[in-house]
Amino acid sequence: CGHGRGGMGEEVKRKEDQRFITGRGNYVDDIKKPGMLHCELVRSPHAHARIENIDKSRALDVDGVVAVLTAEDLLEYDLATMPTLMADTQDVLVNDKVKFQSQEVAAVIATDRYTAKDGAQKVVVDYDVLDPVVDPYDALEDDAPLIRDDIEGQEDNHCLDWETGDREATDRVFDECEVTVKEDMLYQRLHPAPIETCGAVGDYDPGKDKLTVHMTSQAPHIHRTLFAQVSGIPEHKIRIVSPDVGGGFGNKVPIYPGYVVAAAASYVLERPVKWMEERSENIQSTGFARDYHMTGELAATKEGKIRAVRTDVLANHGAYNAVAQPSNFPAGFFNIFTGSYDVETAYGSLTAAYTNTAPGGVAYRCSFRVTEAVYLIERMVKVLADELDMDPAEIRRKNFIQPEQFPYESPTGWNYDSGDYEGALDLALEMADYDHYREEQQRRIDEDADKLLGIGISSFTEIVGAGPGKTCDIAGVEMFDSADIRVHPTGKATVRVGVQTQGQGHETTFAQIVAEELGMNVDDIVVEHGDTDTDPYGLGTYGSRSTPVAGAAAAVAARKVREKAKSIAANELEAAEEDVTWDRQSGEFHVAGAPERSIGITEIAAGAYMNHPSSEEPGLEAVDYYDPPEMTYPFGSYIVVVEVDRETGEVAFEKFVAVDDCGNRINPMVIEGQIHGGLAQGIGTAMLEQVTFDDNGNVTGGDFMNYLLPTSMEIPEFETGYTVTPSPHHPIGAKGVGESPTVGSPPAIVNAVVDAMKHGGITHVEMPMTPDVVWEKLDEAGLAIDPADQ
Amino acid sequence: MTDHDISLTVNGTDHDLTVESRTLLVHAIRDQLGYTGTNVGCESSTCGACTVHVDGDAVKSCTMLAVQADGTEVDTVEGLAEGGEFHPIQTGFQEEHGLQCGYCTPGMMMTATDFLESNPDPSREEIREGLEGNLCRCTGYQNIVNAVENAAESMSSGAV
Repeated sequence: CGHGRGGMGEEVKRKEDQRFITGRGNYVDDIKKPGMLHCELVRSPHAHARIENIDKSRALDVDGVVAVLTAEDLLEYDLATMPTLMADTQDVLVNDKVKFQSQEVAAVIATDRYTAKDGAQKVVVDYDVLDPVVDPYDALEDDAPLIRDDIEGQEDNHCLDWETGDREATDRVFDECEVTVKEDMLYQRLHPAPIETCGAVGDYDPGKDKLTVHMTSQAPHIHRTLFAQVSGIPEHKIRIVSPDVGGGFGNKVPIYPGYVVAAAASYVLERPVKWMEERSENIQSTGFARDYHMTGELAATKEGKIRAVRTDVLANHGAYNAVAQPSNFPAGFFNIFTGSYDVETAYGSLTAAYTNTAPGGVAYRCSFRVTEAVYLIERMVKVLADELDMDPAEIRRKNFIQPEQFPYESPTGWNYDSGDYEGALDLALEMADYDHYREEQQRRIDEDADKLLGIGISSFTEIVGAGPGKTCDIAGVEMFDSADIRVHPTGKATVRVGVQTQGQGHETTFAQIVAEELGMNVDDIVVEHGDTDTDPYGLGTYGSRSTPVAGAAAAVAARKVREKAKSIAANELEAAEEDVTWDRQSGEFHVAGAPERSIGITEIAAGAYMNHPSSEEPGLEAVDYYDPPEMTYPFGSYIVVVEVDRETGEVAFEKFVAVDDCGNRINPMVIEGQIHGGLAQGIGTAMLEQVTFDDNGNVTGGDFMNYLLPTSMEIPEFETGYTVTPSPHHPIGAKGVGESPTVGSPPAIVNAVVDAMKHGGITHVEMPMTPDVVWEKLDEAGLAIDPADQ
Repeated sequence: MTDHDISLTVNGTDHDLTVESRTLLVHAIRDQLGYTGTNVGCESSTCGACTVHVDGDAVKSCTMLAVQADGTEVDTVEGLAEGGEFHPIQTGFQEEHGLQCGYCTPGMMMTATDFLESNPDPSREEIREGLEGNLCRCTGYQNIVNAVENAAESMSSGAV
C-alpha cells in the first residue's frame, strides 16, 4: 500500500495537530456565548442519607446567583430522574435519598463560575445519615442496609445475575481432570480520568424552539435521542455538538446529571448555561471502570493442555445500574474469557450488587469488560504454568487456537474472525530477548541478588467493533455506524461520520480510507464529526469500534461513489462502462488496454456537476450505514520484564515489548500512539491507580493527589512490533486496536511481578502493585530483605 | 471581594483588566482575555495543563493569582508561533506525533520550551524528569520525549 497520496498504510501527519499545537482547539469550556451563565452542582457529603430539607434562600441572596434548582424544580418537567443505558433509573438531582458521596443534590446557576461556587457553599441541606455499604460482599449480606428502596419490589442490594457457557459440561471436565488451579483476584475500581473533565453548554433558543447542547460526548447522536426521550423535545429540535474532546477513554459515553441540568436550566432560564465539573467531581461521580471480584479456574492435563475454564464474578455496579454497554450484554463481552485458547468447554457466572458508590463499570479502554476477561484468563494461564512448572510461553503455544481453525467458534459463542497467535508470540519473544532474561532470572536467584527478575507474558484476544444489529443495540438503537461522502465540483471532498474522535486521529485516518478508495490526495478531504444536525446518525466512538464499523462505512460509501464515478468516467472517456477499469495504484480510471486514456477524481467530479451522463443524477456523493456482520478480533502478545527490589518492594521495568495485530493498518504512526497511550494506562492500572472508600463511604482516592496517574517518570520506553492478519469480513481488512494495549498489558505486568517471586510460592499479587503491596508478598515468600536486619 | 486593576503583557500585547483578589491566573487568561489554549485538568496543581510562562518561567497558572501576575510578561501557547512560523517545539510535536486529544499539549509545550532553555541538549531521561509536572493521558509520553528531542535538535542546529 501507499501511493504517496496519503492512503492506506501511510504515516500521514495529523490534520488535527495544526489547531491543537496553536491553542486553537475548541473544547467545551472554551465556548463562550452571549448571556451565558455558569452552573455549579451541590453534591452530597454523605454516601447514604435521606434529604430532610434543602434551603436555597442564602444562596439566592448571593449577588450574581440567578437560580437554585432542586429535584422539585425538575419534577415539573419530569426531569428529576433519567433512564440509564441498562434500563435502570438514575436521579438527576436527588429528591429523597442520596446513594453515594458526591451525588448531585442541587444546582446553582450564576453569572460566573466563582459566584456559582459561592452560591453552592450557601445551599443548606439537612441530611438524616444512614449506614452506607461500599463493599459488594457486605452489600449482599442479609442485614445490609437497603440502597434502592425506590425500585418497586427490591428487597436487597442484588442487582442482576448472568451466566454463560455450559455449566454441566464444564463441571464434568473439572471433576475428571488431572490438574485444576484456582485463584481469586480483584480487578480494582479504576477511573478513566481524561485530562479534560466532563462538561456541557446548554442553550435553548425560544425563538427557534430549539435546544443546542455542546457537550463532552463520545456518542452525540445517541445522546440526542436520549435527550429527546427524556425531555419530550422532538429530536429535530435538539442539536448535540461534541466539539474537540480532551480525551474520553469511555468516561464520556454515559449521560451525566450535569448535562441534563445544564440543558434544563437553559430551557427554564432561556439563557445559555455552562456546566464544567472539577477533577474530584469527575473521579467521584462519573463512570468508573472495572470493580470485578473474580474467581478463576482452569482444568488441564498434566502436560498443560487446558480443557475447561470456569469463573465466578461479583461485580460492584454502584448505586445505579448505569453500565454503558449493549442492552443484551449485562456483563459486556466478559464471556470472551476463554481468550486465545482452544478449550473444550467453559462456564461463567456473575452476580452484580448495588453499593453506595458512584455508578459505572464499563469505561477506560475495556471494550465492554474485555479487560476483566483477558486479565482473568492470562493470569490463570500463568497460575497453571507455575503449578505445572512449565514455561509460560510454551503453555500458551500448546493451547493457542491455530490459524487454520478460524473462523473459530468459542465455547461461549463468539465467532473469532482471524488470527495467528503463535506468530505474534514468536515475534514478541524474539524482541524481548526472552531466553537471555530467563537465564538472568535464574542467575539472580542462584546468587541471592537484591533485585529479582520477573518475566510476564500476555497473549490476548480482543473483541471490538460492536456490533451486528441483530444482537447489539444501545437503548434499542442497533449498533451500526455511518459515513457520508460528498465530492465537490472541484474534486475536493467532505466526509462526515457518525463516530466521534477524542484524540484517536479520525480526521486524518478516515480521510486516508477515502483517499485510498477514490484516488484522492488526503489533503483534499476534510472529515467532520460530532454535530448531530449535519453528520449521519452513528453510535459513537467507544469499544474500539470506529475502524471496524464507521471505517467500514467510509470504505463502502467511497466504493458507492467510485461506482458512480465509473459511469461518469466512461461518459467523459467516451468509452463503454464495461471497458473502463479502476487502477488503485494510479487512483484513476482508464480504458482497458489504453492506459493513456485515463481520468482521475478532479475531472470526474467536474463531469458529475457540469456534464453528467443522462443515466445518472448530477452530483457525486454517497452515504453508507454499515451493519457489521461480525465483530473484529485483534490480538497481540506483550512481554514485560521487571526488576523487583527485595528491600523496598519497588518494581522497575527492564523491558516492555508489545506486538499487536489489528489486521490491515491505516496509519502506523497513529496506531503506535494508541499503543503507547494504552500501555501507559495499563501500567497505571497495574501499578498506581485505584478508587478506594472508607467504611463511612467516603471516597479516599478521589482526586489527583490520591488517584495516581503515571507521569513521564513511571512510564518506560516501549518497544512495539506488529503482524498483519486481516479481518476477512471487513471491507478493508482492518480491525480495531485502540483498547488492545490496556486490555493486554495489566496481566503481563502482574505475571512479571508474580514470576519474580514464584520460587517463593507466590501465585498472585493484587493490583495496584504499589511497593507496600509487593513488599508484603516478598515477605510472605521469605524473599524480603528487611532493612532493619541489614 | 476586593477588585484589583492589573496590567500584564500576554504574548506581547498589553492588557489592563480588573480581577478579584481570588481570581486564578488561568481564569483571567481564559475567561477574561480569551486565550483558551491554556487548559484546566485538575484542582490540585498536579496535571500542568495550565502551564504558561510568567516572566519566562514555566508556571502552573491554576496555582497563581491573577493579581500576582500584575506587571509581568505572560506567554501562552498562542504566542509560541512567530510571524506564522511554528516554534520548533510545535513542529516537534506534530512531526513526532506527540499529541492525540491535544488537551495537555499547550501546557506540555510551555514546560518543554522553558526546560530546553536551561537544558538545550538533554538526554531522554532528563526530558522525562523535566516533564514530570505535566500529565498526559493519551500518548504514554514516549512520542512527547521524541518531540522534545526533535525540537532540541532543530533549535541547536538553528543556533549559530
